[in-house]
Amino acid sequence: MNQPILTVDGLHVAFHSQRGEVHAVRGVSFCLQKQETLAIVGESGSGKSVTAKAIMRLLPKQSTSIPAGQITYAGQNVLALPPRELQSLRGAEISMVFQDPMTSLNPTMTIGQQLVEGISKHQRLDKAAAYEKAVNMLQLVGIPNAQERIRAYPHHFSGGMRQRVGIAMALACDPKVLIADEPTTALDVTVQAQILELMKSLQQRTGTGIILITHDLGVVANMAQKVAVMYAGEVVETGPIAEIFYRPKHPYTWGLLRSMPRLDAAGNEPLIPIPGTPPDLARQQQGCPFAPRCAHVMKVCKHFSPPLTEVSSGHTAKCWLLDQRAQQQERLAGVAGG
Amino acid sequence: MRTLPATGTSPHEITDDLFVHEPFAAEAAMEVAASAADSPWKAALKRLGKNRGVVPAFVLIMVITVLAFVGPLLTPYTYDGQNVAHSNLPPKISGLGWLGFDGLDSNGADLYAKRNITEAHWFGTDEFGRDMWTRVWKGTQISLLIALVAALLDLFIGVLYGGISAYYGGKIDNVMQRIIEVLVGIPNLIVIILFILILEPGITSIILAMTITGWVGMARIVRGQILQLKGQEFVLAARSLGVSNSRIMFKHLIPNALGPIIVTLMFTLPTAIFFEAFLSFIGLGLQAPLASLGVLINDGYKGMRLFPYKLVIPAVMISLIMISFNLLADGLRDALDPKMTK
Repeated sequence: MNQPILTVDGLHVAFHSQRGEVHAVRGVSFCLQKQETLAIVGESGSGKSVTAKAIMRLLPKQSTSIPAGQITYAGQNVLALPPRELQSLRGAEISMVFQDPMTSLNPTMTIGQQLVEGISKHQRLDKAAAYEKAVNMLQLVGIPNAQERIRAYPHHFSGGMRQRVGIAMALACDPKVLIADEPTTALDVTVQAQILELMKSLQQRTGTGIILITHDLGVVANMAQKVAVMYAGEVVETGPIAEIFYRPKHPYTWGLLRSMPRLDAAGNEPLIPIPGTPPDLARQQQGCPFAPRCAHVMKVCKHFSPPLTEVSSGHTAKCWLLDQRAQQQERLAGVAGG
Repeated sequence: MRTLPATGTSPHEITDDLFVHEPFAAEAAMEVAASAADSPWKAALKRLGKNRGVVPAFVLIMVITVLAFVGPLLTPYTYDGQNVAHSNLPPKISGLGWLGFDGLDSNGADLYAKRNITEAHWFGTDEFGRDMWTRVWKGTQISLLIALVAALLDLFIGVLYGGISAYYGGKIDNVMQRIIEVLVGIPNLIVIILFILILEPGITSIILAMTITGWVGMARIVRGQILQLKGQEFVLAARSLGVSNSRIMFKHLIPNALGPIIVTLMFTLPTAIFFEAFLSFIGLGLQAPLASLGVLINDGYKGMRLFPYKLVIPAVMISLIMISFNLLADGLRDALDPKMTK
């Protein structure tokens, strides 16, 4: 297997808040290969966005600390980079597409000015060449009449077009890694499909590795090669897409998959939610964080944190059910596993 | 099939020959879609023009400003040239006698005829025979200058201080805000009096004294705006593209806070004019023979009964300036922040 371009290893992130330390990310590890799409899924507050912002070092300095963990990009530790090198890394090597296209563009600058800002920062181009590149990027993301549109302000654009501009901005300097933080959540379904197609085709052209953060499993199935399922700041299950969708091992992943609306369901069949709410990350917890909501909970889950178990090559999960002793119990009771 | 009559036009006007194929121009449609690209500033300017108070206020400010510079040149007198023979002449403008500019004093006597003076002093003269027209415009000029410089200094210091304080946050913000609180805690009149005692009274020391406490308001407004803005996604997006701190500050944050900054600046101007007048009135301002509107009002109110014109003219002038600036600032506030009125 070739060398991954981005590795996150045992990342912990904590926020200092009024209620004390909020431990939002608790030992997240994953890696990203070239031209690969890794999807990070999980419900709100599971630490997906925080992980992404930690990779970009976009978290506010005063209120956050990273007590442990390493983020390695091309052999250098991102967390230890001095500000100047960090600025040349951002945009040129790793860049980000944000969730809400309505607020992620500056209302007082034209589209062109914002595109050129990143281009001229990282590439030695004169003004005319930078503008030309910006026009090319706009054409690439499918904005018609780019030559004219480059002088428009964000409020002249619709949501889908703004998100295209956001993608154009992020990709303008040919980054090796693109972090897309719920890029389609604010868009309607048809536009969503267009944006995803666009990202896919751009990936094929430029070989960018994409980290796609989403809570939409449909998007994941369409886009990703690898999935990491996050819950309460931990990666509870990770593996190739087929493994996660067809042979999930963690009860939380089962719940996520089951809660998806199905086309073949009868019209009045209710959706199946996962009962309960995620744990309060400000509190220290004992055992598996999912235990209070898990239908398959055992005594051991409440007191001991489950170890990372390798199910098959590249497919790992953190669950006591995968322990030999649990499987024996199950066989004894004659219960068929999920 | 029944055709409903179109509203507004009678069906007879739509003739059959209109129902033929038109050549389709895709490019023309494209151009229409891309035009009408108004920058936010242009849109604000349009809204400003629609405000009923703004246009006359703006015209008045322009007229007063132009006259403040041109006015003293229209007469052969200088603002400090004394002529005892011409002392205490009432205002006289030929043709405007019915407005009170008739050259008659409070007893109804024509002093110009009595003293055999052929020239007319448009706004009269003071007790040293200095021409009031020249002095009033010179005073307006100095008042406007003091206000403008003080406001610009406020703007410069306030934006920089508030911006840095909010953008860097944390300990820096904490220290900078405590400094502001100390400054606000001391009554500013005391600071200003001390300042003028140390420095010689004059234009520079008045400007300095007003700035030393005046920038605080601007700094607070800017800090509030930047705090609100810096959490927005476009700032994160800019940082994620590797844009430097200073560029984010001047290209992303301050332009977005410009509305409130301009409005605060516009409200600072009349306040500064008024404050300068107040300082001059209590005797801390400019010293004779230099004139500002405050000095003129101070001189005028002493002889209010006998020579009302000495008080009324500068007082009317300062009122007009204050009203115009306030109207303009009010209109700007509405134009730059359309959410406030609707």
